[in-house]
Amino acid sequence: MTGSTTALIEARDVVLSFGQTPALRGADLSVAAGEILAVMGPSGSGKSTLLHCMAGILVPDSGEVLFDGRRVDRMREPERSELRRDRFGFVFQFGQLVPELTAEENVAMPLLLGGARRGPALAEARGWFPRLGLDGLEGRRSGELSGGQAQRVALARAMAARPDVLFADEPTGSLDSLTGEQVMELLVDAVRENGTTAVIVTHEARVAACADREVMVRDGKVTSLRLERTGP
Amino acid sequence: MNVPLTLLGLLERQSSHGYDLKRDYDTYFSPGKPLLLGQVYSTLGRLARDGKVVVGAAEPGAGPDRKRYVITERGATEVEVWLTEPVETEQHLQTELFTKVVLALMLGRDASAYLDLQRTAHVARMRELTEIKRTGLLIDKLLADHSMFRLEADLRWIDVTQARLGALAEEVRK
Repeated sequence: MTGSTTALIEARDVVLSFGQTPALRGADLSVAAGEILAVMGPSGSGKSTLLHCMAGILVPDSGEVLFDGRRVDRMREPERSELRRDRFGFVFQFGQLVPELTAEENVAMPLLLGGARRGPALAEARGWFPRLGLDGLEGRRSGELSGGQAQRVALARAMAARPDVLFADEPTGSLDSLTGEQVMELLVDAVRENGTTAVIVTHEARVAACADREVMVRDGKVTSLRLERTGP
Repeated sequence: MNVPLTLLGLLERQSSHGYDLKRDYDTYFSPGKPLLLGQVYSTLGRLARDGKVVVGAAEPGAGPDRKRYVITERGATEVEVWLTEPVETEQHLQTELFTKVVLALMLGRDASAYLDLQRTAHVARMRELTEIKRTGLLIDKLLADHSMFRLEADLRWIDVTQARLGALAEEVRK
């Protein structure tokens, strides 16, 4: 058992190979609604691949991925795309902002893609700037932002559509310790305020310590880490 | 922690009573693990004997000890030297972590499971420290940071060791 019984999102015996190379070898993971879960593991262990499967970016070769009772692994790409846009938010190691757009346009993008009108979408986007300490940066393009600022804009973009689940893959991996810590504080505050479930892939224990629970991925399988002493 | 020199340093800031020294020490340098008052007075007694502080006459007021302690020139010089010296780096290549892993491998026990357990305990402690950092004063954050970086160093060692367990087992079972 690797999670709560009231799972919002769940992977069951997920297997996925890239060509001849196995990435996931029967991974099980369940995340409760409102939980912040850290997924740790060495490089190449399959932790990012697991996140991509749970988020409907990759489709496993076998096994099941469930979100809110629905089989994500059985959805066709348009349906998964809609799910990602409407119910999920994403933060990656490098903000991956669209360089041609301003910071506020980047934040508004998921809302615009979801059919919102430009005015209300931009107004909603602007509301995130003071919350994330980004006042005055609304009109800047990504090249005019520091790494920490760009990552906070990426966080605002991920949260703007009030997703049910935030998937973060090494969200502080490109930042120095202090900036990374600030980004994590903001991320945790934002998901807690919105009741968002968060799945955070990280190799940093400092980041995992911000989560409610952590699991370890090793050789494509998930190990739940619990403080249960078996010895005397 | 060098208690005598820390108390001396606090006395360089201003002369003080034993109880006030203990309070400042606990607040700044040892939150959650207070110094025993008896240790404070015995330390002050030794510092006085060695000429690093002088003890004033008892002052009127509440409390068992109202003597004021004042740092001497000799004491101030010692603080000055101490503050400019680097802290000694760890010289002994031994830790309980290391011992447990090697012994577990020698005895054919599950060292990997132990490392996982240790990792969980470390991350759990880091979670407590993260909460201290979130709610505490800057001085609490700095102290928590120091502990967290040390735990992170252990965790890096655990990661590397976990990856080398097979080779290490062969070596210690020869």
